[in-house]
Amino acid sequence: MTQQPPVGHLLDEALLGEPVASTAGGADEFVLEAVGLHKRYGHNEVLRGVTFGVQRGDVKAVLGPSGSGKSTMLRCLALLEPVESGELVPLPERVLARERREIGMVFQRFNLFPHLTALGNVMIGLTEVRDRDRKEARTIAQSMLARVGLAERERFFPSELSGGQQQRVAIARALVMNPKVMLFDEPTSALDPELVGEVLAVMEELAREGMTMVVVTHEVGFAKRVADRVIMMDAGSIIEDAPPDEFFGNPRQERTRKFLEAVD
Amino acid sequence: MEFDTSIFFEALTSPAYLEGVQITIALTVVAMVFGLILGLVVALLRGSANRVLRGIAWTYIWIFRALPSLLLLFLVWDGLPQLVPALKGDWFSAFIAASVALSINEGAYAAEIIRGGLLSVDEGQRLAARALGLSPTKVFSKVIAPQMIRVTIPPLSNDFVSMLKLTSLASVISLQELLARSHSAVSTTFKFAEYYAAAAVYYLVLVSVFMVVQAQIERRFVWMSQGSSGLSRVQRVRQFATIR
Repeated sequence: MTQQPPVGHLLDEALLGEPVASTAGGADEFVLEAVGLHKRYGHNEVLRGVTFGVQRGDVKAVLGPSGSGKSTMLRCLALLEPVESGELVPLPERVLARERREIGMVFQRFNLFPHLTALGNVMIGLTEVRDRDRKEARTIAQSMLARVGLAERERFFPSELSGGQQQRVAIARALVMNPKVMLFDEPTSALDPELVGEVLAVMEELAREGMTMVVVTHEVGFAKRVADRVIMMDAGSIIEDAPPDEFFGNPRQERTRKFLEAVD
Repeated sequence: MEFDTSIFFEALTSPAYLEGVQITIALTVVAMVFGLILGLVVALLRGSANRVLRGIAWTYIWIFRALPSLLLLFLVWDGLPQLVPALKGDWFSAFIAASVALSINEGAYAAEIIRGGLLSVDEGQRLAARALGLSPTKVFSKVIAPQMIRVTIPPLSNDFVSMLKLTSLASVISLQELLARSHSAVSTTFKFAEYYAAAAVYYLVLVSVFMVVQAQIERRFVWMSQGSSGLSRVQRVRQFATIR
């Protein structure tokens, strides 16, 4: 394993304001809930009735073969795509923009803004969505970059950063918005193997601090160590939902068993 | 060889030429500004979800890319007042007519360039911007537009240079721009080489100045922390040419 950056305290109340993400509030409170989601692209039915809930402090890992609907489910949960039926009712774009700021999203391909520095990428949500003044936004963004181990890189543009550094900036960009929940869409799949550790380290720290998280991943080790529950998706449905011991030790579905063998 | 350099220099510094150059510059800038605004609107309409709007945009590009600029100039200057009597007044000057014709023309070209620029921006950019909670307007102005502008600078600069020269066509509708000035000087003196060479020098200077401006603009769109100072000019151009 390569040397990992020091990860600081991420969910600092003094920095981000009221800790909406931590378990401090009422337990059993659903942060995200989807009932019977259906989604199709043309004739291709990508989600066939997915019911999925995330409570405060949950860390859920989502596994499954490509094309099983994992990423689509995440995008629907992030209110980035309308669904055909189910509880996540499609809302007009303008209303959605307000709700989306409560949800942090991290993408497989980072999707940093190439025309902004690392600092600019972390600041833009604060200045343009949260209406913070630039000075305040800069302080918050600098502190958050330092906590993901990138204080030295704030003036660099995305094209000058490694994949692992870019993904850590992307996590910082989502975190400064103080989201209720963080959604990760295969956050390490586009990384060179030696860069995976530094991103997972930040995510583990985040989970430890009580952030509510949904992580679509192929990292079985991460799911075992960090997740409260592991979910298996196949052909647009959730076919297994169990604590990690049970999921990996004694999966109920044949399909899950086969998938785990293939991944190992 | 018969080339009277004193006539040449006299022409270069004559008030008539300087006025002509001013008109050439003014027409170029006006036609480009309105052409780009039109082009942006048409490009956005082409990407619209509404079929009718898409159809309007497509038709605009289809017609005004097909018509020769010279024909368009005649249509606006001579044809339009016949159809719209309100344009028969003195206020409808050759400058206004030329601005309208060339803007419409440029709008059709710019629309395609801008559409290409919009297509070049990765879909993940819009997704990430929306995920942060940016409003649709800010998704465009803060995230999409800067990346679109970067790739459209070279082709739009090309259009600017073309426009600088296209303005000379307006001499046929009696606009007293640079070429018209040299025409009238030639028609009384028959010193073709001297007067036309003087006009050529002005066009050369104008395009050269614009090239410097273009390089300055491109430099602002090099997204590197070391600034562009650490890079040679060739490296800068290369980095600029690499489209993500």
